[in-house]
Amino acid sequence: MSAVDVLIRLVYLAAAACFVIGLHLMNSPGTARRGNRVSGLGMAAAVAVTLVLLIDSGTVTTTGWIVLGAGILIGSIAGLYSARAVPMTAMPQLVSLFNAVGGGAAALVGMHDFLRFGGAGGTLTMTATVAVTLDVLIGAVAFSGSLVASGKLQGWIPGHPMLFPGRAVLNAALAVVIVAAAGLLIAGRAGGPALAVLVLAALVLGVLIVLAIGGADMPVVVSLLNACTGVAVAMAGFVIGNTMLIIAGALVGASGGILTKLMADAMNRSLTAILIGGFGTGDDAG
Amino acid sequence: MSPELLTDLTIFLLSVLVGFEVISKVPATLHTPLMSAANAIHGVILVGAMVIAVSAETPLGYALALVAAVFAAMNVVGGYAVTDRMLQMFRRPAERADAR
Repeated sequence: MSAVDVLIRLVYLAAAACFVIGLHLMNSPGTARRGNRVSGLGMAAAVAVTLVLLIDSGTVTTTGWIVLGAGILIGSIAGLYSARAVPMTAMPQLVSLFNAVGGGAAALVGMHDFLRFGGAGGTLTMTATVAVTLDVLIGAVAFSGSLVASGKLQGWIPGHPMLFPGRAVLNAALAVVIVAAAGLLIAGRAGGPALAVLVLAALVLGVLIVLAIGGADMPVVVSLLNACTGVAVAMAGFVIGNTMLIIAGALVGASGGILTKLMADAMNRSLTAILIGGFGTGDDAG
Repeated sequence: MSPELLTDLTIFLLSVLVGFEVISKVPATLHTPLMSAANAIHGVILVGAMVIAVSAETPLGYALALVAAVFAAMNVVGGYAVTDRMLQMFRRPAERADAR
C-alpha cells in the first residue's frame, strides 16, 4: 500500500467521522448549523483527497478531465443558484429534487461500471454484479420517485392520489420484469439490454408508487426516498470498491429510515398505510 | 468470499447501526433540516462520479460520467447550501440581530 493510498484511507476515515458527528449535532436546534458545517467539511476533504487519487492513478484521459471538470462546474452552479434563489416555502421540493439527482448519480455510477467491466467475459465479480443490480434498481426508483414528489409539492402534478384502474396488475407486472431482468444480469446473460430494461422498469415503478400517494404525505415519502438513495450510494460503493461511499451511504440509509419513521409518527400515520397510497385529497397539503 | 468483501460488509453493517443510533429524539421542527442534511451527505456519490472518470474512455462512458458529475455536484453543493439556509432560521433572536 503506497503512501498516497494510506493518506486517502485516513482522510476518508476522518470524513466519515465528520459525517457521524455532524448528523449527531443535527439533533438539537442549538448545534444544528454547526453540525451541517462539520459534515460539509468532511465532504470537502473527501472530494479533495479523491482528486489526489485521480491524479495519482494517472489513467484519466484529457477528455475525462474536461468532462469531469465541466460536469462538476455545471452541477455546482445549478445547485448553488437554486439553493439561494428558491423561496423558503419551496424548500421541500428542492430537497426532493437534489435527492432525485443524487439517486440518478448513484444509478449512473453503477451503470458505467457494469457497461465498462461487466457483460459476457467481463471482469466484474458476481458480488459486484449483485451490487450493480441493487444500485441501479434503488437509484432509478429514487430518481423518478423524487422527481414526482417534487412536482407534487410544487403543484405541477395534482396532489391527490392518482389511482389508475388495474394499478395492482401493472405494479405486479413491473415487479416481474424487474426480477427477470435482475436475474439475467446476475446470471451474466444479456448484459446491456437487461440493464436497459431494469432501468426503464425501475423508473416507471418509482413514478407509479409516488403518484398513488397524496400530497400531504409527500414529506415522509421524500424522506423515505432519501434513505433509498443512501442505500443506492452504499451499493455503488460496493461496485467500485470505495469505503467512503459505503460508510456515508449506509449512514444516510439508516438515519434516513429512522427519520422517516419519526416523521410518520409525528403525523399519526403508519408508513405502510402511506406507501399503499390512496389517502387524502391533497388539498390540505402542507 | 474475498477478504475485501468481508471487510466492506463489516463496514456497511456497522455504519447502518451507527446511522440508527445517531438519530435520537429529534424535535419535529428539525425533521426537514435533518432530512436535508442527510440528503447532502449522500451527495458523497460525487466521489463515485470522480472515480468512474478514471476508467471512462468511450463516448458512452464519458456521457455517463458527465451526467453523473453534474447530478452529484448539484446534490452536494445545493444540499449543503439549502440546509444551511434552513438552519439560519434557528438562530437565537440576538444572533440574528447581530448578523443584520
